[in-house]
Amino acid sequence: MADIYRALADETRRALLDELLQRDRQTLFELCSKLAMHHDLTPSRQAVAQHLDVLEAAGLVHSERSGRYRFHTIDTSPLVGILDRWPPRKAEQ
Amino acid sequence: MKLDVVSIFVDDQQRALDFYTRRLGFTVSADVPLGEHRWLTVIDPDRPDGTQLSLEPKGHPATGPFTDALIADGIPFCVLGVADVEAEYTRLTALGVTFTQPPTAMGPVVVAVLDDTVGNLLQLAQRVD
Repeated sequence: MADIYRALADETRRALLDELLQRDRQTLFELCSKLAMHHDLTPSRQAVAQHLDVLEAAGLVHSERSGRYRFHTIDTSPLVGILDRWPPRKAEQ
Repeated sequence: MKLDVVSIFVDDQQRALDFYTRRLGFTVSADVPLGEHRWLTVIDPDRPDGTQLSLEPKGHPATGPFTDALIADGIPFCVLGVADVEAEYTRLTALGVTFTQPPTAMGPVVVAVLDDTVGNLLQLAQRVD
């Protein structure tokens, strides 16, 4: 849980979560293409793999080996901890 | 100069031949027995003078780790141009072909990625004008 803030503190990792929210089970190749096409982000594949590792360590992404391929899927459940800690409250003006 | 033959490394030449001809629609261009393996190439039947694709056995020890690493990360070995990716996706899925990426708009192209059953991923691409 401690890693979640660091995981979210990076533009590329937030973009990866945006793309994974669109569809489960995406390969590293597909995610790299989408970072380039949709976000104008062109890190190396190695760098994207490392970003996915950080997201996975924070529990925000699950990677699953399926036959000969590896797919990545989003898991937003760790985000609930943030709202539990700071539930929505609007300042009274 | 002309790009005459490109090679793709396959787990099994006979299974590769079945997939590339019966599923994808290529025809055999050369099939020459060479001891344990064959010199085996396929070609687009509409372009008999086009580039041949050699279905190359994984004889070299580096080829297995190479293709395994590409397929694990979803990286296609080559790109096949098609008129309609969505139609090919529907047709090939009905034939039991596995896709690692369904048709996806990527700027000037629509792409999809499929498994050739012999150790490689192939990208289908359709230009959108």
